[in-house]
Amino acid sequence: MMAGKALTVRFLYQFILKKTQMENISALAAAIAIGAGAIGPGIGIGLLAGKAMEAIGRNPEAAPKIQTAMILALAFAEAIAIYALVIALIIKFV
Amino acid sequence: MHISITPETVGHLFSLPITNTLLTSWAAVILLIATAVLLRRRLKPIPGKIQNAAEWLLEKLLDFMETVAGDRQTAERFFPFVATIFIFILLSNWLGILPGVGSIGFFEGGPEGEVFVPLFRSANSDLSMTLALALLTVAASHVIGLLSVGFSRHLGKFINFKSPTAFFVGVLEIISEISKILSLSFRLFGNILAGEVLLVIIASLAPYLIPVPFLGMELFVGLIQALIFSVLAMVAMSASVRAAAH
Repeated sequence: MMAGKALTVRFLYQFILKKTQMENISALAAAIAIGAGAIGPGIGIGLLAGKAMEAIGRNPEAAPKIQTAMILALAFAEAIAIYALVIALIIKFV
Repeated sequence: MHISITPETVGHLFSLPITNTLLTSWAAVILLIATAVLLRRRLKPIPGKIQNAAEWLLEKLLDFMETVAGDRQTAERFFPFVATIFIFILLSNWLGILPGVGSIGFFEGGPEGEVFVPLFRSANSDLSMTLALALLTVAASHVIGLLSVGFSRHLGKFINFKSPTAFFVGVLEIISEISKILSLSFRLFGNILAGEVLLVIIASLAPYLIPVPFLGMELFVGLIQALIFSVLAMVAMSASVRAAAH
């Protein structure tokens, strides 16, 4: 059991040592950038689509107008996720 | 698999570097000018197929811009600029999906060995291109505002000493203009670059049949981004001629 504990400690130590080298930590940074950056727009788009569904359900005749406005607002919400994606790409490839 | 955020230089013109995105945008410009000149020469009262398609496109776009700008007169006034931006961005985006763009090129010796340099690349995957379009749009909206409502009224929106609140609102308006430039350029750039990176990765993973839905998505994204850019241009220009609310 003592040998097992020493082995895990040594493994963790080598893992952290490897991860703190620049190339590896930049991969982690890119992943965190796009992962955290997609949370907000995901929730935003979900809310947006939900409200649009509600509005269409209430008034099916206005569906084309609601659809057009929804797609417009969708692109704005998506743009925030795209900003995060650009940062992740810059971290990874530059 | 070589993905680069900055465009690659493929030649020089009197010591100015020519990038592959510049070549693609030149191709789009030549295509548009040739189509326009040909259509203009063959204008008929009863339109043929191409003229019909062009008229349908412009009318649908004008109707849509009318809902954005508020009234028909403002929409018609700014329509040449906004429709040119729409058609140019749409053509550039769709030209970037054509087979051959991004895959036909040459090998160049670099510091890490041979690197593949494509001859053509999607024009809007270059931040310089989208930044230029965004700067043009915002500058156009300011020039229109200066010419329409007058020098002092337009500047009064941004520099206003009537009260501390008005001054702060003016500072916020200046920040909002800068953020408009940044968001316009980065939205288009990020969408098109991400689409390119996605297509390259999917093609390197599963080149047969699997890229088809992704190409379809790129078609859709190209259309939506062109629409968004032109709608924002129309909103900016019609907002600057509307009488200042405060």
